[in-house]
Amino acid sequence: MALTAFLVIMGLGTGCTTVEPWQRRTLSDASMRGDRDPAGLLLAEHMWFSREAAAGGRGVGGGGCGCN
Amino acid sequence: MNMSPLELSLPRRRFLRTSATWLALSAATPWTWSAGLQLGDGLPDLKSLQLEGTLPDLSGKVVHLDFWASWCVPCRQSFPVLEALHKSYGSKGYVLIGVSMDERRPDMDRFLKKNPVSFATVRDAQEKLASKVRPPGMPTSYFFGADGRLDSVHPKYEGETTRKKYVEIIERLLKSVQA
Repeated sequence: MALTAFLVIMGLGTGCTTVEPWQRRTLSDASMRGDRDPAGLLLAEHMWFSREAAAGGRGVGGGGCGCN
Repeated sequence: MNMSPLELSLPRRRFLRTSATWLALSAATPWTWSAGLQLGDGLPDLKSLQLEGTLPDLSGKVVHLDFWASWCVPCRQSFPVLEALHKSYGSKGYVLIGVSMDERRPDMDRFLKKNPVSFATVRDAQEKLASKVRPPGMPTSYFFGADGRLDSVHPKYEGETTRKKYVEIIERLLKSVQA
Protein backbone atom coordinates (compact mmCIF):
# COMPACT_ATOMS: atom_id res chain seq x y z
CA MET A 1 0.00 0.00 0.00
CA ALA A 2 2.72 2.41 1.09
CA LEU A 3 4.92 1.33 -1.79
CA THR A 4 2.09 1.84 -4.29
CA ALA A 5 1.35 5.28 -2.90
CA PHE A 6 5.04 6.11 -2.96
CA LEU A 7 5.40 5.04 -6.59
CA VAL A 8 2.27 6.97 -7.61
CA ILE A 9 3.51 10.12 -5.87
CA MET A 10 6.96 9.71 -7.41
CA GLY A 11 5.41 9.18 -10.83
CA LEU A 12 3.28 12.30 -10.52
CA GLY A 13 6.21 14.31 -9.26
CA THR A 14 8.51 13.37 -12.07
CA GLY A 15 6.01 13.42 -14.93
CA CYS A 16 5.94 17.18 -15.27
CA THR A 17 8.55 19.25 -16.99
CA THR A 18 8.77 22.75 -18.33
CA VAL A 19 9.66 23.26 -21.95
CA GLU A 20 11.69 26.43 -22.02
CA PRO A 21 11.14 28.93 -24.85
CA TRP A 22 14.51 28.03 -26.34
CA GLN A 23 13.68 24.31 -26.37
CA ARG A 24 10.65 24.52 -28.64
CA ARG A 25 12.19 23.38 -31.88
CA THR A 26 9.93 20.36 -32.14
CA LEU A 27 6.85 22.29 -31.05
CA SER A 28 7.51 24.94 -33.69
CA ASP A 29 7.70 22.34 -36.45
CA ALA A 30 5.14 22.72 -39.23
CA SER A 31 3.84 19.22 -38.48
CA MET A 32 2.60 20.50 -35.10
CA ARG A 33 0.19 22.93 -36.74
CA GLY A 34 -3.47 22.00 -36.50
CA ASP A 35 -4.22 23.64 -39.85
CA ARG A 36 -1.30 22.19 -41.81
CA ASP A 37 -3.65 20.08 -43.93
CA PRO A 38 -6.57 22.22 -45.20
CA ALA A 39 -8.31 19.27 -46.89
CA GLY A 40 -8.04 17.14 -43.75
CA LEU A 41 -9.35 20.02 -41.68
CA LEU A 42 -12.37 20.43 -43.99
CA LEU A 43 -13.07 16.69 -43.72
CA ALA A 44 -12.83 16.82 -39.94
CA GLU A 45 -15.14 19.84 -39.88
CA HIS A 46 -17.61 17.99 -42.09
CA MET A 47 -17.62 14.95 -39.80
CA TRP A 48 -17.95 17.22 -36.80
CA PHE A 49 -21.08 19.04 -37.97
CA SER A 50 -22.61 15.85 -39.41
CA ARG A 51 -22.27 14.11 -36.07
CA GLU A 52 -22.96 17.01 -33.77
CA ALA A 53 -25.46 18.85 -35.99
CA ALA A 54 -23.44 21.96 -35.39
CA ALA A 55 -21.14 23.85 -37.70
CA GLY A 56 -17.98 25.32 -36.29
CA GLY A 57 -17.34 25.13 -32.61
CA ARG A 58 -14.05 23.30 -32.94
CA GLY A 59 -12.04 26.38 -32.17
CA VAL A 60 -11.96 28.62 -29.15
CA GLY A 61 -12.79 32.28 -29.39
CA GLY A 62 -10.39 34.86 -28.07
CA GLY A 63 -6.88 34.46 -26.90
CA GLY A 64 -7.51 32.93 -23.52
CA CYS A 65 -7.89 36.27 -21.80
CA GLY A 66 -11.54 35.65 -20.99
CA CYS A 67 -12.53 38.92 -22.66
CA ASN A 68 -14.32 37.41 -25.64
CA MET B 1 -4.61 -5.53 21.30
CA ASN B 2 -5.78 -2.05 22.15
CA MET B 3 -3.82 0.91 20.77
CA SER B 4 -3.90 4.38 22.22
CA PRO B 5 -5.18 7.10 19.83
CA LEU B 6 -1.62 8.38 19.35
CA GLU B 7 -0.21 5.03 18.31
CA LEU B 8 -0.14 4.15 14.61
CA SER B 9 -0.36 0.78 13.00
CA LEU B 10 2.78 -0.57 11.32
CA PRO B 11 1.62 0.01 7.71
CA ARG B 12 0.64 3.59 8.54
CA ARG B 13 3.98 4.20 10.19
CA ARG B 14 5.77 2.80 7.16
CA PHE B 15 3.66 4.94 4.86
CA LEU B 16 4.39 8.08 6.85
CA ARG B 17 8.08 7.28 7.02
CA THR B 18 8.26 6.70 3.25
CA SER B 19 6.36 9.92 2.54
CA ALA B 20 8.56 11.90 4.92
CA THR B 21 11.69 10.49 3.24
CA TRP B 22 10.39 11.44 -0.19
CA LEU B 23 9.52 14.96 0.96
CA ALA B 24 12.95 15.36 2.56
CA LEU B 25 14.64 14.22 -0.65
CA SER B 26 12.52 16.64 -2.68
CA ALA B 27 13.43 19.51 -0.39
CA ALA B 28 17.10 18.62 -0.65
CA THR B 29 17.03 18.70 -4.45
CA PRO B 30 18.66 21.92 -5.67
CA TRP B 31 16.02 24.29 -6.99
CA THR B 32 17.43 25.39 -10.32
CA TRP B 33 14.69 27.77 -11.46
CA SER B 34 15.70 31.40 -11.50
CA ALA B 35 13.82 34.54 -12.42
CA GLY B 36 16.42 35.40 -15.04
CA LEU B 37 18.23 38.62 -15.71
CA GLN B 38 16.60 41.77 -14.36
CA LEU B 39 17.15 45.38 -15.46
CA GLY B 40 20.28 46.73 -13.80
CA ASP B 41 21.88 43.29 -13.51
CA GLY B 42 25.40 42.87 -14.81
CA LEU B 43 26.35 41.21 -18.07
CA PRO B 44 27.06 37.54 -17.28
CA ASP B 45 30.66 36.43 -17.64
CA LEU B 46 30.29 34.95 -21.11
CA LYS B 47 33.75 33.41 -21.12
CA SER B 48 32.86 31.15 -18.21
CA LEU B 49 29.71 29.79 -19.85
CA GLN B 50 31.40 27.52 -22.41
CA LEU B 51 29.75 29.09 -25.43
CA GLU B 52 30.72 27.64 -28.80
CA GLY B 53 32.29 30.32 -30.95
CA THR B 54 34.55 33.32 -30.60
CA LEU B 55 33.54 36.19 -28.38
CA PRO B 56 34.49 39.73 -29.40
CA ASP B 57 36.03 42.24 -27.00
CA LEU B 58 33.24 43.66 -24.86
CA SER B 59 35.10 46.03 -22.56
CA GLY B 60 33.55 49.49 -22.48
CA LYS B 61 31.13 48.61 -25.28
CA VAL B 62 27.37 48.70 -25.60
CA VAL B 63 26.51 45.02 -25.81
CA HIS B 64 23.51 43.57 -27.56
CA LEU B 65 22.80 39.89 -26.91
CA ASP B 66 20.26 38.43 -29.29
CA PHE B 67 18.91 34.95 -28.52
CA TRP B 68 17.82 33.18 -31.66
CA ALA B 69 17.31 29.72 -33.12
CA SER B 70 17.25 28.41 -36.67
CA TRP B 71 13.70 27.07 -36.24
CA CYS B 72 12.36 30.47 -35.20
CA VAL B 73 10.79 32.33 -38.13
CA PRO B 74 10.89 35.83 -36.56
CA CYS B 75 14.58 35.27 -35.78
CA ARG B 76 15.22 34.65 -39.47
CA GLN B 77 13.31 37.84 -40.32
CA SER B 78 15.33 39.82 -37.80
CA PHE B 79 18.74 38.83 -39.19
CA PRO B 80 18.97 41.42 -42.00
CA VAL B 81 18.08 44.13 -39.47
CA LEU B 82 20.66 42.88 -36.98
CA GLU B 83 23.27 42.80 -39.71
CA ALA B 84 22.43 46.39 -40.68
CA LEU B 85 22.69 47.49 -37.03
CA HIS B 86 26.07 45.82 -36.73
CA LYS B 87 27.29 47.55 -39.88
CA SER B 88 25.97 50.97 -38.80
CA TYR B 89 27.08 50.99 -35.18
CA GLY B 90 29.81 48.34 -34.99
CA SER B 91 32.56 50.92 -35.33
CA LYS B 92 30.96 53.26 -32.77
CA GLY B 93 31.25 51.11 -29.65
CA TYR B 94 28.36 48.70 -30.23
CA VAL B 95 28.84 44.94 -30.16
CA LEU B 96 26.18 42.50 -31.26
CA ILE B 97 26.38 38.83 -30.32
CA GLY B 98 23.87 36.40 -31.73
CA VAL B 99 23.36 33.56 -29.27
CA SER B 100 22.07 30.49 -31.05
CA MET B 101 19.91 28.17 -28.98
CA ASP B 102 19.97 25.39 -31.55
CA GLU B 103 20.28 21.97 -29.98
CA ARG B 104 22.22 20.70 -32.97
CA ARG B 105 25.24 22.45 -34.39
CA PRO B 106 24.45 21.56 -38.04
CA ASP B 107 21.09 23.36 -37.75
CA MET B 108 22.88 26.56 -36.79
CA ASP B 109 25.56 26.13 -39.45
CA ARG B 110 22.97 25.52 -42.16
CA PHE B 111 21.03 28.61 -41.08
CA LEU B 112 24.14 30.79 -41.06
CA LYS B 113 25.12 29.52 -44.48
CA LYS B 114 21.74 30.61 -45.84
CA ASN B 115 21.72 33.83 -43.81
CA PRO B 116 25.34 34.94 -43.59
CA VAL B 117 26.11 37.68 -41.08
CA SER B 118 29.26 39.52 -40.08
CA PHE B 119 28.44 39.94 -36.38
CA ALA B 120 29.61 37.41 -33.80
CA THR B 121 27.48 34.32 -33.38
CA VAL B 122 27.95 31.78 -30.62
CA ARG B 123 25.99 28.68 -29.62
CA ASP B 124 24.81 28.12 -26.08
CA ALA B 125 25.07 24.36 -26.46
CA GLN B 126 24.85 23.68 -22.75
CA GLU B 127 22.08 26.24 -22.17
CA LYS B 128 24.12 27.79 -19.39
CA LEU B 129 23.65 31.36 -20.59
CA ALA B 130 19.95 30.86 -21.35
CA SER B 131 19.38 29.36 -17.90
CA LYS B 132 20.96 32.42 -16.36
CA VAL B 133 19.27 35.00 -18.56
CA ARG B 134 15.98 33.14 -19.17
CA PRO B 135 14.78 34.78 -22.39
CA PRO B 136 10.97 34.70 -22.43
CA GLY B 137 10.78 33.74 -26.11
CA MET B 138 12.66 33.55 -29.36
CA PRO B 139 14.02 35.97 -30.34
CA THR B 140 14.79 38.18 -27.35
CA SER B 141 17.31 41.01 -27.31
CA TYR B 142 19.18 42.22 -24.25
CA PHE B 143 20.95 45.58 -24.33
CA PHE B 144 23.74 46.31 -21.86
CA GLY B 145 25.23 49.77 -21.39
CA ALA B 146 28.97 50.40 -21.46
CA ASP B 147 28.91 49.99 -17.66
CA GLY B 148 27.88 46.37 -18.21
CA ARG B 149 24.41 46.83 -16.69
CA LEU B 150 21.27 45.53 -18.36
CA ASP B 151 19.42 48.53 -19.77
CA SER B 152 16.63 47.08 -21.89
CA VAL B 153 15.04 43.79 -22.83
CA HIS B 154 13.16 43.43 -26.07
CA PRO B 155 11.30 40.19 -26.68
CA LYS B 156 9.80 39.30 -30.08
CA TYR B 157 10.59 40.72 -33.47
CA GLU B 158 7.91 42.85 -35.09
CA GLY B 159 9.61 44.24 -38.17
CA GLU B 160 10.01 47.99 -38.47
CA THR B 161 8.63 48.68 -34.98
CA THR B 162 11.33 46.52 -33.46
CA ARG B 163 14.05 47.98 -35.69
CA LYS B 164 13.13 51.51 -34.61
CA LYS B 165 13.13 50.46 -30.98
CA TYR B 166 16.57 48.84 -31.35
CA VAL B 167 17.98 51.97 -33.03
CA GLU B 168 16.54 54.18 -30.29
CA ILE B 169 18.07 52.02 -27.53
CA ILE B 170 21.47 51.70 -29.23
CA GLU B 171 21.75 55.41 -29.98
CA ARG B 172 20.79 56.33 -26.42
CA LEU B 173 23.33 53.90 -24.95
CA LEU B 174 26.06 55.05 -27.34
CA LYS B 175 25.38 58.68 -26.41
CA SER B 176 25.94 57.87 -22.76
CA VAL B 177 29.27 56.28 -23.72
CA GLN B 178 30.40 59.34 -25.65
CA ALA B 179 29.18 61.79 -22.99
